[in-house]
Amino acid sequence: MKKVQWWQLALLVSLAVALLSPLASASPDGLEKVAEDKGFLEKAREPVFEVIPDYIFPGLHNETVATMLAGFLGTLLLFAVVSGVAYLARSRRRV
Amino acid sequence: MHIPDGFLDLSTAASTYAVSAAGVGIGLRQVGKKLGERQVPVMGVMGAFIFAAQMLNFPIAGGTSGHLIGAALAAVLLGPWAAAIVMSCVLIIQSLLFQDGGLGALGANVLNMALVAPFVAYFFYRAIRWLVPGQKAAFWAAFVGAWTSVVAASSLCALELAVSGTSSAKVALPAMIGIHALIGLGEGAVTVAVLSVVAATRRELLEPQRASA
Repeated sequence: MKKVQWWQLALLVSLAVALLSPLASASPDGLEKVAEDKGFLEKAREPVFEVIPDYIFPGLHNETVATMLAGFLGTLLLFAVVSGVAYLARSRRRV
Repeated sequence: MHIPDGFLDLSTAASTYAVSAAGVGIGLRQVGKKLGERQVPVMGVMGAFIFAAQMLNFPIAGGTSGHLIGAALAAVLLGPWAAAIVMSCVLIIQSLLFQDGGLGALGANVLNMALVAPFVAYFFYRAIRWLVPGQKAAFWAAFVGAWTSVVAASSLCALELAVSGTSSAKVALPAMIGIHALIGLGEGAVTVAVLSVVAATRRELLEPQRASA
């Protein structure tokens, strides 16, 4: 049997962490809290377009599942994108 | 501390975009030159883990939450330039797909969290390891690097808000540093916890210079 690579296990752990995302605290983060306290939160503009706002996958009724799905897909996507960028950055040096 | 659109004026947004674009460009060249083949999936996993961990906001005092940035963790495991690329990818996708951090503020967010944070973390990590040898000191060095990276990024964020006229530096700087001094403790704790798991399972990752040489 082929030996399981370290990064494969680490990716599984990352996906498991993403599935815990519904447990995250919903309180405002540091910057948001400061903006609220110091009275400049209303300066924030709505995004020009929305794909998966607030890490909730659109179209699902269950918010917990929608958050888990957004986290799971985002984690997989980041693995693919960063690996791809690293691969391309390495391959360009031979050209 | 993902800055939304509306907090920065045009010149601050544009100049941070320019600096960040230059930094990412240098980073890509550095990664291309120095990254080993076996480090490609490790970098990918780093991006995946940081994205997932950034979703897990932990509560801190006063109805506020914080989450891992991950710049210190990436810098310790991959070196500062690879960390900058990983963090940039995370921030770009968060902004484009998840509307976390404004598109116009992306340059500033990359500058704060993908460039300044990993280099500050790496500087303190290396400096402390150089001063105090030994494995235990490595964890403390990572903790200090992680804490400092969060406080440095939040200070820069406050200055960008001040330059943009959103809040005065006198107000924003102490407020941002105060709250992120607490969040930084969480950053340090998570960074050390993850590093100790890595040390137990794949020790050579803790010596990126040696691994890539």
